[in-house]
Amino acid sequence: MNRIVKKRVLAPNVNEYVIDAPLVVKNARPGQFVILRVDEEGERIPFTICDMDKAAGTVTLLVQEVGYSTAKLAKLVVGDGVADFVGPLGKPTDLSAHKNIVLVGGGIGTAVIYPQAKALFEAGRPAAVILGARNRELLMYTDEFKRAAKSLYIATDDGSAGQKGFVTDLLKELLEADRQRAKNGIDCVMAVGPMPMMRAVANLTKEYGVHTVVSMNPIMVDGTGMCGGCRLSVGGKTVYACVDGPEFDAHEVDWADAIARLSLYKETEQAHRCRLTDETAGGQK
Amino acid sequence: MAIDRSPRNRMPEQAPKLRAKNFDEVALGFSPEQAKAEASRCLQCKNAPCKSGCPVGVDIPEFLKAVQTGDFEGAGAVIGRANSLPAVCGRVCPQEEQCEKLCLRGRMDKPVAIGAVERFVGDFGLDKTPAPYDGPRTGKRAAVIGSGPSGLTVAAELAKNGVDVTIYEAFHRAGGVLVYGIPEFRLPKSLVRAEIDKLLRLGVTLMRNVVVGKTVLLDELTDRFDAVFIGSGAGLPMFMNLKGESYKGVISANEYLTRVNLMGAYRADSDTPVQRGRRVAVIGAGNVAMDAARTALRMGADSVTVVYRRGREEMPARAEEIHHAEEEGVRFELLAAPVEILGENGAAAGLLLRRTELSEPDASGRRRPVELAGSEFTIGADMVIVALGTSPNPLIKDSYPAIETTKKGTIVVDGRGMTSVDGVYAGGDAVTGAATVILAMGAGRKAAAAILERFKGQ
Ligand code: FES
Repeated sequence: MNRIVKKRVLAPNVNEYVIDAPLVVKNARPGQFVILRVDEEGERIPFTICDMDKAAGTVTLLVQEVGYSTAKLAKLVVGDGVADFVGPLGKPTDLSAHKNIVLVGGGIGTAVIYPQAKALFEAGRPAAVILGARNRELLMYTDEFKRAAKSLYIATDDGSAGQKGFVTDLLKELLEADRQRAKNGIDCVMAVGPMPMMRAVANLTKEYGVHTVVSMNPIMVDGTGMCGGCRLSVGGKTVYACVDGPEFDAHEVDWADAIARLSLYKETEQAHRCRLTDETAGGQK
Repeated sequence: MAIDRSPRNRMPEQAPKLRAKNFDEVALGFSPEQAKAEASRCLQCKNAPCKSGCPVGVDIPEFLKAVQTGDFEGAGAVIGRANSLPAVCGRVCPQEEQCEKLCLRGRMDKPVAIGAVERFVGDFGLDKTPAPYDGPRTGKRAAVIGSGPSGLTVAAELAKNGVDVTIYEAFHRAGGVLVYGIPEFRLPKSLVRAEIDKLLRLGVTLMRNVVVGKTVLLDELTDRFDAVFIGSGAGLPMFMNLKGESYKGVISANEYLTRVNLMGAYRADSDTPVQRGRRVAVIGAGNVAMDAARTALRMGADSVTVVYRRGREEMPARAEEIHHAEEEGVRFELLAAPVEILGENGAAAGLLLRRTELSEPDASGRRRPVELAGSEFTIGADMVIVALGTSPNPLIKDSYPAIETTKKGTIVVDGRGMTSVDGVYAGGDAVTGAATVILAMGAGRKAAAAILERFKGQ
């Protein structure tokens, strides 16, 4: 059993969990993920490792309630354990070849770029960071980013924090300014967030010819290269996010394909959610 | 002794119509009387050819003799010397191509139903607690990667010989393909659990949720253990790169079976979703394809069609599985090659197929299908299950390049089952590519013997 040692609410429906996982953290590196099952009937759900403390043997995950299983997870409190916890999975991120990096995080994708921002900061070459959310309430980790980022830019859909608009608006300004200056140019963008956002970033950076990495979050079961559920089409080839990724060259990803596959279990998920709401409503039937 | 002339006994089965709607076991097993009667059909040949057909070398006449006299426990002990999973093997081994194929009784009438008797003996022993090993300890430690058939076999053999064994399993449940691949109606999971519990009572340590190559690295294991066995199984499902393969409703057999079996998606109380096709097409004709097809029926499909580009003769699945599938109502579209998966609004709607004709045998020894121009036709399908085999898992190789692999990615081993790294052994599908449970167990036995030999010399 891996126990929850800390829990805090970061935004509506978004919890940060610090989980005791000494075995997982030992060989973990930024960019990798874990799979957990809440209980004996639970499904296997993947989460990117958002932060880790090797000395304490803990990993930090951000969990957004998006379905039945994450809602179940959200009910757990400090001291509770999850039935299964496995990782680190996937390949770690390697941004070492790049000097001038912009990290773009949309919504829960913030959880994935935070360890990158931290690692780059610790390596002495902090990145520029762009965060996007629907509104101020949904912004996460702004204080942490303020510390770790070279500069922090924020966009919200309603303008309640930062600039009103999308992350792509801000990114475009940066790329445009960079093009004018034309020295020490931005040589890499890493974008993580909802697939449509990542696609929009990919389209934009393509115009500017800037190498772009995205972290994909397709449906997964085993996470070890066994089921093929996480397959994506990248550069015309079938790849598996859990072993070949989760990061890929954004300009090579077949976005239409990836977005279509993501909606696979929408209907079943809906039915499950109803079940949970029934249960939470007093627990009587 | 007079020869027993009675005909081969058949295990009772659930009626096809009934069983196609439930996940209970199809074959119901022998009664003690049937087992005794069937065992009595054995001719007790001196140089029993059946034995040479068994990949793990069970002393078949001897265990049948014990069954004949009603000594089921004794029979279990005989099998146990060579096979640590008799209840599993009695169910999933292709006996018709192994022991029973060589059975001399088969020349008189029909071979002895060795598999069915083995199954009976295995089931009989399931709830009997094995005596914990109390012989001398070797003081040696071995790590086993993967808890499928090969890993379990190595673990059992070593534990029985006084080695401290730790099994590392990536999934949350032990058993490998026995729990994620082979469906409940062919191999009840409670039985796999019982077999594994027996093993743990021998003193084997099981670490679940540990991915070797990620959670712990192979060199950490070689540092800590005197020998390592890799039984990580087959890997990623193959796709055909057909147009339409990313449509909703197109799924690998591995994923489909894992969702249904391991994650229990067929039960209402499981959280894991699975697509339920109404008209299901299964591409491929091996045992996994049959498992997927029969599972789809049980998940409520109106029709299930197996699509295969060769003919009936060439189907790689066991005859019994094909027969069971057919009885249950699975249809076969043979001599048909998939050309494209047709879709509607991003979801699978059918298959475009092309007729084939068989020409001379290819490298695999099977006749090569040739597509006939202009013979296209379509079948409707809202779910397409791809069961075309697997390619080896890259995880261990990626994290430990010193391990030599073939071009295909399977691990290279020598005659004793040792890899290019001293003290690291491998067996099962990771070495052979997708094969049978019993071949994996045979490889496990060989590697275990080599490991014990090595320890003796140290
Ligand atoms: S999640 Fe199963 S292969 Fe990647």
